[in-house]
Amino acid sequence: MTSYSVFDLIGPVMVGPSSSHTAGANRIGYISKHIVGEEIEDVTFYLHGSFAKTHKGHGTDKALLAGILGCLPDDEKIRDAFELADQEGLTYHFEEIDLGDVHPNTTKIVAKTKTNHTWTIIGSSIGGGKIKITSINNMEVDFDGEFTTLITDHTDCPGIVSRITKILSDYHINIAFMKLFREVKGREALLIIETDEDIPRAAADELEKIEAIHSSKIIPKCNI
Amino acid sequence: MGFFTGKELLELCQNNKYQIYDATIEYENEKTGIAKEAILERMMINLKIMKEAATRAFSEEIGGKIIGGESRKLRERYENTKPVCGNTMARAVSYALSTMEVNASMGKIVAAPTAGSCGVIPAVFLSLSESHQISDELLLKGLFTTSGVGIVIANNATLSGAQGGCQAEVGSASAMAAAGVVEMMGGTPEQALHAAAIALKNLMGLVCDPIAGLVEAPCTKRNAIGTSNALISAEMALAGITSVVPFDEVVEAMYKVGLSMPCSLRETSLGGVAATPTAKKIEKEIFGYNIT
Repeated sequence: MTSYSVFDLIGPVMVGPSSSHTAGANRIGYISKHIVGEEIEDVTFYLHGSFAKTHKGHGTDKALLAGILGCLPDDEKIRDAFELADQEGLTYHFEEIDLGDVHPNTTKIVAKTKTNHTWTIIGSSIGGGKIKITSINNMEVDFDGEFTTLITDHTDCPGIVSRITKILSDYHINIAFMKLFREVKGREALLIIETDEDIPRAAADELEKIEAIHSSKIIPKCNI
Repeated sequence: MGFFTGKELLELCQNNKYQIYDATIEYENEKTGIAKEAILERMMINLKIMKEAATRAFSEEIGGKIIGGESRKLRERYENTKPVCGNTMARAVSYALSTMEVNASMGKIVAAPTAGSCGVIPAVFLSLSESHQISDELLLKGLFTTSGVGIVIANNATLSGAQGGCQAEVGSASAMAAAGVVEMMGGTPEQALHAAAIALKNLMGLVCDPIAGLVEAPCTKRNAIGTSNALISAEMALAGITSVVPFDEVVEAMYKVGLSMPCSLRETSLGGVAATPTAKKIEKEIFGYNIT
């Protein structure tokens, strides 16, 4: 069994012109908006490889920005992304960058929120509109947005995972995949849980009441 | 009920007396838990969007920065003269061109398997449905055959132009479409995979070199060749002609060719026709400077 759905091959429904440079880029932007989880004031997209070379022609710039504004890949408003951003008072920049040995369609997104927090997210568009988020705030991660995804940012300590999964179980949410990332024992950790069911905000709010958890973000499934 | 390779897909078909579309619908149902009726309904939506994009440019002035109006020119020709490659082929190509014009205008299309190759499958299916009076029900089944074949290519190679060149995009679309045609016309799963292997081989080595980084030229006309290639590959397979090299080995070869292509020929617009003086001139006219 593989991860491909028939609708990855005959699909997604999207606005053109490129599944990897438009739809995939848009999904990276859309997921990043939900990872940040609060209003973004200024965003810089650092474009690597093929993204850097061809983003203007493919509308990658518009697609990324439209994603940050909450548009999905089949939204014909993507072509008006610059005007939409101006209306919403979101400032944006595009820069070329060499991120080293990563997929040719990779972007690093640096988003500043209205509360003055800065988020750094790296994602790659790996073909056919599929994507991978590979880094959040310099921590290596790995998920693709095909499932509803819960991301908790917490202090690494015994029992924390079971407390999180207990709350999901109380809400009758089945875990499809779960990955834990940390760099140093006892410090910051990220738990990424991909679920079969949608996660209500109430569940995330309950998680945030746990002292060790700093934030819990729900990224809606976006496998259009 | 999974399959990873073409061989496994064929075994699944043989053991259950399936066509590839049966196996693919079963696969999706088992993988996602979504009812077969709902899976068919979702594919019907995709078919509808494909049909709209395949004819939209006939009645609307759309296109991108380089292309626009090509599908209408071809349509006028086959409606007013006897086309050199026959009516089915000429119509098919006009649908491919229309879809690519919609794509270039940032209009709505179905990536199949990618947006850069979105013209091929709708073109082949729509033209065949008209020339052979194929029902939407059978077209849907054919689309599942194309998905099944595409899943095998995605599992074992790549569909991305940036990774594998245009052979991975238009080549895969053409292989998928060829297999779909064979099954819709009553061929066996073996014949469908022979058609896919032939189609993929015919476009092997195809580089990805979009002028000015736009999915317009040479992409649009390559969707046209992918369309005609799918039809002739299906014709050969339906006649009982086989691919000398089995499908799985062709997929692996395609992947290796893709990996050995220099970066300049994989969607960077640094090589191929994108690097010609004319292409550079067009790029400068559009962006005011050379972006590559």
